Amino acid sequence: MLRKIVVVLMVFISFLLESAVFNHLAMAGIVPRLTIILTSAFGFMRGEKEGMVIGFFCGLLSDVFFGDVLGFYALILTYIGYVNGKFSRIFYPEDIKLPIALIVVSDLSYGVICYILLFLLRGRFDFFYYFTRIILPEALYTIVVTVFLYPVILKINEKLEAREKRSAQKFV
Amino acid sequence: MSPIIKRKGEKFTLPGKYLLFILTAVCVFLMFLTFGSNVFNKPLNTALGYAVIPFQQGISTAGEWLSRRSEELVQIRVLLDENARLKAEVAALTEQNTLLQQDKYELNQLRALVELDEQYGDYKKIGARIISRDSGNWYSSFIIDKGSDDGLCENMNVIAGGGLVGRITATGPNWSRVTAIISDNSNVSAMTLATGDKMMVSGDLQMMAEGVITFSKLVDSKNAVVEGDKIVTSDISDKYLPNILIGYVHTINRDNNNLTKSGYITTAVDFEHLSEVLVITDLKQVVTEEK
Repeated sequence: MLRKIVVVLMVFISFLLESAVFNHLAMAGIVPRLTIILTSAFGFMRGEKEGMVIGFFCGLLSDVFFGDVLGFYALILTYIGYVNGKFSRIFYPEDIKLPIALIVVSDLSYGVICYILLFLLRGRFDFFYYFTRIILPEALYTIVVTVFLYPVILKINEKLEAREKRSAQKFV
Repeated sequence: MSPIIKRKGEKFTLPGKYLLFILTAVCVFLMFLTFGSNVFNKPLNTALGYAVIPFQQGISTAGEWLSRRSEELVQIRVLLDENARLKAEVAALTEQNTLLQQDKYELNQLRALVELDEQYGDYKKIGARIISRDSGNWYSSFIIDKGSDDGLCENMNVIAGGGLVGRITATGPNWSRVTAIISDNSNVSAMTLATGDKMMVSGDLQMMAEGVITFSKLVDSKNAVVEGDKIVTSDISDKYLPNILIGYVHTINRDNNNLTKSGYITTAVDFEHLSEVLVITDLKQVVTEEK
């Protein structure tokens, strides 16, 4: 129960930070995607199911406020959560390389998918321009934020897991 | 163990694959449903509006404070120079102002004579603050802190600093989404103020880096349109009110078909530093054909 409340809070906070705070700190008009960090982090920390559900709700929030149709960003983020969840088997909390690599790949593939569906299909063919102007800077900025944000997410998750273990032992 | 058959004493858990399938189906269903209609928009916009918007309003103030501090540090030196220059300018302007005031008096009298009362100074307007921006980095849209409770509805025009910003594309009770004219998925029917030649103005992510947006389909057989001409919204647009300033012609190129021209427009609004906007609550008159 506590986990659910904390996760809902984290989804809200990261969406708020992303849409209301970081646009004031945008570099070259690029905002880091905190919701992708959150989705992907919970994916590889907790498995595909939790990643999927968090991704779905993060995406739904963007859809309601900024999307033309409901479900578009939700679908992309659901799959990001699912694929990241596949890596939970080789995830160790001490290792920082795998999380960063996964988050960057998630953000890059999110960018490429968005380009293909939103721009390529409308006849904007200059992939190189959009890659260097939007996708790559977004991924770089997201790494920088990840370095600070990921330890916090990890700590919160560890606290929650420790608590769950304790309450599980009580019943034995 | 089979995921479907539930054994006694075993907690039922849904495997990831099935959950993925269910969520995908939900998303695809939602997309199809909301593509044409907006059944879901109302309740979702309302519910999330009350859950998220108050926080966004608060946090946005904090974010603005941060960005202002960082800007201040950079600008102090520039401001000192500017201050000196501006003081000189104020002196010159005061003199000019007195002259202009005389002119204005005359103009008012003349206007009353010609009955030019329908200029856009007469539209009803509501001020609103921008509280969050599209974090997707692809399209330019933002959320303002007024919604249907304040009398706003879809397709209302939004202006700032005398120029067109965009139009409202979604509303909740206490928020609205404004799609800017610089957004890659936005098109505005426009015309030149001087000659009345029609054209399409479209946002372009690629050109936005250089601070301009594109126009196309300008038929200008007499070559009357020149760089620096004022571009305003046209009379024939079905979403935008006529004669709102969009910007100034930056460059003109003749298209390959030798009939039309296209080029770039410098917008009248500074989209990077936008924080307050005015929403025009008058809507463009729509003619509905009877079936």
